[in-house]
Amino acid sequence: MTTIDNGVNVQALLDAREVLKGAPEAAQFTWRASSKWENGVHSTTKIQNFFGLGQEQSHKSETVFTADHPEVFAAEDNGITPIEYLLVGLASCLTAGVASVAQNRGIQLRSVESTVEGNHDIRGILGADSDVRNGFNDIKVTFTIDADASQEDIEALVAQSQKRSAVFDALTNPTNVTVEVA
Amino acid sequence: MLERGEVANSWRRERWDSLRLLTPNWQSRLPGHHYEGPDPDGYMTMGEVVEFIERFAAVARAPVRTGTNVTSVRRADDGYRVTTSGGEIHCRAVVIASGACNQPTVPRFADAVPASVTQLTPFGYRSPSELPDGGVLVVGASATGVQLAAELRRSGRPVILSVGEHVRLPRLYRGRDVLWWMDASGIWDQRHDEVDDLTRARRLPSPQLVGTPERGTLDLNALTAMGVELVGRWAAVRDGKALFSGGLRNVFSLADLKMRRLLDTFDDWAKEHGRDAEVDPPERFAPTHVPESARWQLDLASGEIRTIVWATGYRPDYGWLDVPVVDEKGRLRHEGGVVDSPGLYALGLPVLRRRKSTFIHGIEDDAGEVIDHLTRHLAGNR
Repeated sequence: MTTIDNGVNVQALLDAREVLKGAPEAAQFTWRASSKWENGVHSTTKIQNFFGLGQEQSHKSETVFTADHPEVFAAEDNGITPIEYLLVGLASCLTAGVASVAQNRGIQLRSVESTVEGNHDIRGILGADSDVRNGFNDIKVTFTIDADASQEDIEALVAQSQKRSAVFDALTNPTNVTVEVA
Repeated sequence: MLERGEVANSWRRERWDSLRLLTPNWQSRLPGHHYEGPDPDGYMTMGEVVEFIERFAAVARAPVRTGTNVTSVRRADDGYRVTTSGGEIHCRAVVIASGACNQPTVPRFADAVPASVTQLTPFGYRSPSELPDGGVLVVGASATGVQLAAELRRSGRPVILSVGEHVRLPRLYRGRDVLWWMDASGIWDQRHDEVDDLTRARRLPSPQLVGTPERGTLDLNALTAMGVELVGRWAAVRDGKALFSGGLRNVFSLADLKMRRLLDTFDDWAKEHGRDAEVDPPERFAPTHVPESARWQLDLASGEIRTIVWATGYRPDYGWLDVPVVDEKGRLRHEGGVVDSPGLYALGLPVLRRRKSTFIHGIEDDAGEVIDHLTRHLAGNR
């Protein structure tokens, strides 16, 4: 078999899976973000530190995310809308999954592109109709993948990626959310 | 042989009325004992299964002590002390053959279901006539779930089926029973040490099959055609509402892809072994139909649903086993039926030694190998 390389260190992931099977406490991660109001509906959120493998961890550098609303919402549009960050999360999580599963299955990828569309009835957030929900009504992801694999194997990659995706799960299943005032 | 009730006890008492075996009659065979009736392609009713096993017990002259409930098995000096409702037994070896389906499993959030909704497990379910009138939510789409959803729908009730990961199979493929293919192509003989992901193989839900005289397929498309409404995996109860996963489409894709891959394996086998002429041409089935929009919540107090049937799987009960060989998930720690305690063995668990381990005809090869080990153990122990 020729060596395929999608740049994913699958061996490290498989090793981690084996180690964590016997050490569930080390598998407990906490991801963190700190957010600050700027002005209007504009806010800045920074992410650098997280907890995992039993200790504090840190990304190489801090990332700053700017969120705002578009001008059609009578806002300044300093950045993307918060709900669009969910699309960023979903697309990047599924893409990472495709690459990892492909590496594990010995499939060389040449290109992986996707478009994500979330349909949103904004009457919910405006309080214009109490029967309309605040969040997305539905989300559609379309992948275009060029790889050394049959159409069926590519479909299987995408299906397995969803099966193991943190963000897909977080969006499709309910999660308890606690919001407090410190 | 200790039996808590009568021979074939769980077939007598822990099955619903309409159930038939998933395996065709010709496949129901035990050492020196096989189906001899007029319908080799049919599927035994529970009464016929009980008769079949009773007859085997008689033919094999199995030394069965019925009505003998085991309450404890613990290590003793050179073996085990078994406490039963009929007294104590000291023995040097024990074979656990109590199966993997002693208790139905029900998710924890079942406690949050309003009291106005009747809840049943397959152990309590006998037939639609015993259920309250009104809608039924069947949870789980393995063989049990699809069979109960279908018969409840046929009774005229509105039925919603909550679907997680499942195993889709046609009843017939290329004119033969799909279980003929599993057997003939050698898939069922795959050994536990050859299976890619043994943990997954052992946890696999039973395939969406039903044994009927019509030999029909009972996949999700068949249920949709009957008017059963499909919703995603039931994830939680919040404010009296059932919340279902929005990932329904992907569990369909996974099952469709796996079925297609299995059928490819059958086709390759038939071609390679020159069997194409004796079966019909290859066929492919329509993908699972995705509902226009599957609902992801259901108000449990609204009266739309009067009954919930939990077809969410079973677990073994080792409450009587006072030997530390059960893992944190309640499963027996064993290697091909050789349990992690000298002289202790198991038979009849999922993929114990082969994919066919839990089928009636599948235990023979396992039993031979496990008993080989057991006799060597006894010989070495002297």
